[in-house]
Amino acid sequence: MSTSWLPAQSGTRRRRNLISTFMLALTVLAMLIAVTPLLFILGWLLIQGIRYLNLDFFLNDPAPIGEAGGGVRNGIIGTLIMSGIALLIAVPVGVLTGIFLAEYRSNPLATVVRFATDVLSGIPSIVVGIFVYTIIVLPRWFQGAAFSGFAGGVALAVIIIPILVRTTEEILRLVPSSIREAAAALGVPKWDYTLTVVVPSAFGGIATGVMLGLARAAGETAPLLLTTLGNNFYNTKLDQPMAALSLQIFTYAIAPFDEGRRLAFAAAFVLIMLVLLVNIATRYVFRVRSINL
Amino acid sequence: MLIALGVIGLMFGMCYEMWQQSALSRAAFGWSFFWTTAWDPVAEEFGALPYIFGTVVSSLVALAMAGPIGIGIAIFLVELAPEKLRSPVGFLVEMLASIPSVVYGLWGLFVMVPWIGSTLGPGLSHTLGFLPIFKGPSFGVSMLSASLILTVMVIPTVAAVARDVLQAVPNHQREAMLAMGATKWEMVWHAVLPYGRAGIIGGVMLGLGRAFGETMAVTMVIGNQPSIHTSILQPGHTMAAVIANEFTEATYDLYLHALIEIGLVLFLVSFVLNLLARLLVWQVSRGPAGAIRA
Amino acid sequence: MTEYAQVVDDAESAVVIEQLTCFYGAFRAVKEVSLRIPARQVTAIIGPSGTGKSTFLRSLNRMHEVARGARVTGTVQIKGVDIYDPKINVTDVRQRTGMIFQQPNPLRTMSIFDNVAIGLRLERRLGRAEIADRVEACLRAAALWDEVKDKLALSALALSGGQQQRLCIARTIATQPEVLLMDEPCSALDPIATLKIEELMDQLKRDYTIVIVTHNMQQASRAADRTAMFMMDDDRAGYLVEYGPTQDIFTSPRDPRTESYITGKIG
Repeated sequence: MSTSWLPAQSGTRRRRNLISTFMLALTVLAMLIAVTPLLFILGWLLIQGIRYLNLDFFLNDPAPIGEAGGGVRNGIIGTLIMSGIALLIAVPVGVLTGIFLAEYRSNPLATVVRFATDVLSGIPSIVVGIFVYTIIVLPRWFQGAAFSGFAGGVALAVIIIPILVRTTEEILRLVPSSIREAAAALGVPKWDYTLTVVVPSAFGGIATGVMLGLARAAGETAPLLLTTLGNNFYNTKLDQPMAALSLQIFTYAIAPFDEGRRLAFAAAFVLIMLVLLVNIATRYVFRVRSINL
Repeated sequence: MLIALGVIGLMFGMCYEMWQQSALSRAAFGWSFFWTTAWDPVAEEFGALPYIFGTVVSSLVALAMAGPIGIGIAIFLVELAPEKLRSPVGFLVEMLASIPSVVYGLWGLFVMVPWIGSTLGPGLSHTLGFLPIFKGPSFGVSMLSASLILTVMVIPTVAAVARDVLQAVPNHQREAMLAMGATKWEMVWHAVLPYGRAGIIGGVMLGLGRAFGETMAVTMVIGNQPSIHTSILQPGHTMAAVIANEFTEATYDLYLHALIEIGLVLFLVSFVLNLLARLLVWQVSRGPAGAIRA
Repeated sequence: MTEYAQVVDDAESAVVIEQLTCFYGAFRAVKEVSLRIPARQVTAIIGPSGTGKSTFLRSLNRMHEVARGARVTGTVQIKGVDIYDPKINVTDVRQRTGMIFQQPNPLRTMSIFDNVAIGLRLERRLGRAEIADRVEACLRAAALWDEVKDKLALSALALSGGQQQRLCIARTIATQPEVLLMDEPCSALDPIATLKIEELMDQLKRDYTIVIVTHNMQQASRAADRTAMFMMDDDRAGYLVEYGPTQDIFTSPRDPRTESYITGKIG
């Protein structure tokens, strides 16, 4: 068998193939570089967290400096309360805006709203904190309170509204238009069939958005620094500063005493478990593939 | 009814800009705010340069590393990975994106900073110490730590956008290269990447915007010293970090307004970056032929 | 499914295909085709849709392997070399064969000049001046030079569909392929552009062996020296029904299925 017309295993071919294999191997390396810190962080948190986690942790408030024991009960409750407020505000606004964007796509107003949402989603969270500070904390708008749990909730709401708008819009776009056309052909007014037919069919996706928003809200720290300040004691009143898990991680991490570090690790563990669970749930249970945020 | 709520959504967006302006008093320092370095609350002197420097340097270094890595991941996901690997790897990359900033900071503070202080820092200054950026003693908390942790945090942003961009490249371009005997890499380099160039740049800009605004992780590892050094082994400070640290301690109005002015800068910069990035990405998804991506 | 003993002409065979079967995973798309394609002639592959013609064509330069789970059994020899020999690099095979696709696919991010030059540049053996000469030669051979000589730096998208297809031809012949494989090259073009391509094929066949898959029977009868007819069996696999000089196929087909297709009763 002659190989007359095929180029001999020439230097160029060999080099080209070598370069190709090398560069593609680099992309595998890139992937590993991304995945390794993730696994590293999760693993490290797992070890530290499990080491320090005990029942105390969930049931107690932080002990005075230097004392052993104590937990982050106030932080857990505070995070839940403020995230709850955030959802209360953000879900109606976000989902309804998302519905608007999906159903009235060609409306020029929709373009502006979409633009505003994009802007909002890109604002650094600390800037959101400044904003909420200036309109709620500084003028003592809420019940005459300065730093308050309510302000914290509002800041979180602002941050997660774009997420809800985006996921709602995307999920509604996936609903086949045949549903809408069928309802319209029956003479049902648009707002009616949108709410009673289209939205329920996209419920899973919208729920996903809500969960993603919740996970995000639970993890935010910077805006809370400027709005709710944090609290070493247990507090459920909205017009007082409130503790939050994320804030506690921060304050205890930089605190100079060991007990504080223990709390920080354990709190971080709890927080990341929450985030992990939400991500796994939305990905595999609701079978929603990546949402572009 | 829906329209009314849509309007509310709109109002939010616009409201922001106005409020930021009104709560600010730039009158005090004018433009010199941006190039003065003294930040002395006691003496009522405020210059933002160290923070601007810190933000810009840490973000640029982070993007310089995260850009290629993110693009590499996208290439891996789109061109190389077998079907079974795509979903899990994609999931892992997204997980990276959802870890809260403060948790990154925690890990950075207790794992990365000591390592830099004891291993990487001295290593760099011994081997490459003749370069001004690697000079001097390594404290662990440093611009380098901040850049590294920002890199990890920004990789998912770049990778996600790049992956979408690369997936949108039509297959006939790939086939054209392959049919003439190109290696897979040559196909990627000559046909796929150039096609998605605009979108990839957009992704990098989005990443840059995110890096600019990152607060918690940075403030926990950068040392929070408002000084400008050429060496990245030295501590520094960023705009977001100074706001986080000193906002609640700002006891008088001028102090507060100076901090808010920094916040305004952050807002404007991230606004512009985001705008440009979205335009670029949007343009790519429409394709050079003007067809709309389904 | 019948086999026809292949009549070996005086013309040498450029491509010898023996018992070629193509799979996509478990699905058999083409079964047991044996064929000898003469050198420096145009051979057309016709038949209804879904009969594996494209798959067959793509297995001649191993482009078939781009699809996941694709594999072949049987042999394909180009000028005596078994292209599926494991010692041979698939990129080498593709470099020395050329493929023109149904949708003209010039590289969109490159200029007209760069489109033709890219094959040469990848090998990196020629200098600037030589590349420029070759590009001009290829564009002339593709009957495109006069139309683009003043706008070589423009994007390839500035050309019409027919021009783009000729650009792709120029790009392909730049690397001096042994065989030119064309997968319905004219189906996206208007009749005038189609005619130009057919004229081009007539000129090109003086130097190149051409295999063309076409849906257009008139095109086959006009442009091809030999024609092969594919059909689909009950298991949805494509197979070779009849093969011979074009004139014979169209005026006195031996197989009734061929006759039905040609007279329009089926397909």
